[in-house]
Amino acid sequence: MACALRFRSAQHSNAARVTRFPARFRAIAATLLIATARHASTAQGVRPPLRWGGDAEGGAPFVEADPADLSKVRGFDVEIAGMIAHGLGREPRFVQVQWSSIEQSLERGDFDLGMSGLEDRPQLRERHSVTIPYYEFREVLAVRPADSARYRRLSDLRGKRVATLGATTAYQILTDARDSLHLVPVSYDDDVHPYADLVAGRVDAVLLDNIIAERSLRRTGGFVIEPEPVAVGHYVAVFPKAMAAERDSANAILRARMKDGSLERVFRQWNVWDSTQARYFQRELATSAAPSAVQSGGSATAITSASTYVPALLRAAGITLLLSCLAMALAVALGICVAAGRVYAAAPVRALLTVYVEVVRGTPVLLQLFVIYYGLSSVVRLPAFAAAVLGLGLNYAAYESEIYRSALEAIARQQLEAARTLGLTEFQILRHVRAPQALRLALAPMTNDFVALLKDSSLVSVITVVELTKQTAIYATNVGSWVVPGALCAIAYLVLSLPLSRAARVLERRWSAT
Amino acid sequence: MTLAVSGLRVRHGDREVLRGVDLGVPRGEICALMGASGAGKTTVLRSIAALQSFDAGTITVDDAVLRAGPLPPQSRLGALRRHVGMVFQAHALFEHLSAIDNVTLALLHVLRWDRSRANARARELLDALGVAARADAFPRQLSGGEAQRVAIARALALDPTLLLMDEPTAALDPARRGALGEILRGLAQQGRALLVSTHDMEFARSVADRVITLADGKVLTGHGYP
Repeated sequence: MACALRFRSAQHSNAARVTRFPARFRAIAATLLIATARHASTAQGVRPPLRWGGDAEGGAPFVEADPADLSKVRGFDVEIAGMIAHGLGREPRFVQVQWSSIEQSLERGDFDLGMSGLEDRPQLRERHSVTIPYYEFREVLAVRPADSARYRRLSDLRGKRVATLGATTAYQILTDARDSLHLVPVSYDDDVHPYADLVAGRVDAVLLDNIIAERSLRRTGGFVIEPEPVAVGHYVAVFPKAMAAERDSANAILRARMKDGSLERVFRQWNVWDSTQARYFQRELATSAAPSAVQSGGSATAITSASTYVPALLRAAGITLLLSCLAMALAVALGICVAAGRVYAAAPVRALLTVYVEVVRGTPVLLQLFVIYYGLSSVVRLPAFAAAVLGLGLNYAAYESEIYRSALEAIARQQLEAARTLGLTEFQILRHVRAPQALRLALAPMTNDFVALLKDSSLVSVITVVELTKQTAIYATNVGSWVVPGALCAIAYLVLSLPLSRAARVLERRWSAT
Repeated sequence: MTLAVSGLRVRHGDREVLRGVDLGVPRGEICALMGASGAGKTTVLRSIAALQSFDAGTITVDDAVLRAGPLPPQSRLGALRRHVGMVFQAHALFEHLSAIDNVTLALLHVLRWDRSRANARARELLDALGVAARADAFPRQLSGGEAQRVAIARALALDPTLLLMDEPTAALDPARRGALGEILRGLAQQGRALLVSTHDMEFARSVADRVITLADGKVLTGHGYP
């Protein structure tokens, strides 16, 4: 699990610095294997490189851009990918892919090997050729120092907010505990902000891999890690289903590297070796066979999973709808004020409102959400949902105000003058003559914006709100396919947006009749 | 004299549109304002209706006085608004309101009458102008002549003593011009002063009691007052 938020280039090519391992450390079995493979490669000409996919945004110790040469990557996953590639007689070639999309990209054929702190799960084994685990990690709780005595186990967190990275085993553990412990899982898209929010008091605990927890503790601090693990998990590498033979070879290579100590050296070098790994390696080497793939009933599983996820999708659709309605209400109210100000107010006010509209329209809504949720957290600590409503509402208000302004200005000047000669005040003219006609003109673009907002609301998952798209992504990651989740998600969005467009058309027709 | 304009000067940038206009219209008189295009007929009407400022002179309508300089705020124009009604060339009806609601708008929100009283008065006006049957129609459903009569009814809602009309015959066929003449004469007989800008010499001669001719930004000598 490796998804730290880092603002640096995400594209890196060819990578692994595996040449640092001297041949004398290699076990005889592996040497023979490599020799055979190399012989084969010379016999058949140059073998294609082994493309492996990982996420450099995840950062050290998994995969990170090499500070000395940003076109290369480094980390323990990089070295292990190199071991497997060389063991197969091929050169490793790194392909950047978003962590949550590794499985889908593997299925698409973007690369042959997926790695980057991938967690071993039964669903993963159903769909891909998965290697033996090469690392055993612990899901650990991080809490604020003052709470360290109170929150030792998950069961101590009844009714509390617990953060984690979305679409992970830790997230699954938290959602499983939602009903039994009534705790509130809070999902993040990266593994930096859960800890920042823990320190800031927005959440009560963070459940994540010990490697990530320890890394965050070193980087930012301000919290403690509970010693007792909530669960134990394993990192694995995945090949496509059809590459079971390569997977078996990779297993032999990994075992050889466990035996000859080179894996231990890699983990020690990246400061992630501990006694747990030693015990795990012993256990693994004692059992000769790879973990057997979990048997499943194919389509039956898809149907079961759909019925499991539909309630969650419905709940997420409810959140999307509520969020969109509140944000649109804010956008309309504020947009009317801004438009009225730009049409009627004195020059300085008009200039100020113009700056607001141009700044908001000229910067990405994603950035605005980050600034409101994280950037302003030292001044005002908004709950995620409120920040989402505010962020989307303020953004859309700028667009709405432009619609209303142009609609107001489209009303014939002579009508306004006629109203003036009748003695109506400027406010009465706005209220009874200008605004009602402008509203009719604005209706179609407003409906358009509301439908767009409904879909833009998916952006708020970056500030931990689990809405329809995010829930679908979690579902898709768990079942390893976007087909059923994607279709259900599309239906949900259509069900939300179609009645709206229809209502707008009916209103337009009624008004155009008069 | 219901309307008295003296020394009215209006400048548009470098061009002096009106160069000292003097004119007056007493109660019960229909006065036609004639002149070539661009002579400043509409500017005179707009100045009297306080829709634009003027650079010199005074305008008096009964007890309301307008002076040169920036337009006073709407809140200080109450008396003038009650005394002056205006019918625009393109009628400028409120498109989202029915004919009767166009007429009741000022009664409801300026005079603050209740709905039933306002409706009764509006029906009375529409009936007098021969468009009572079209009370519930919306402006886009009205013919040009009907729309003009609704616009006249709206301008009469506050019972003004002076009615200004900008090019009322522009879009009317000869038969309708005759009917309009009848209406205007009826309004004058009620004791109102009417100032009507027009290009139509025949209409002016047949309907107006007096013709004022604007040329070169001034009223031709001897034409301004009766």
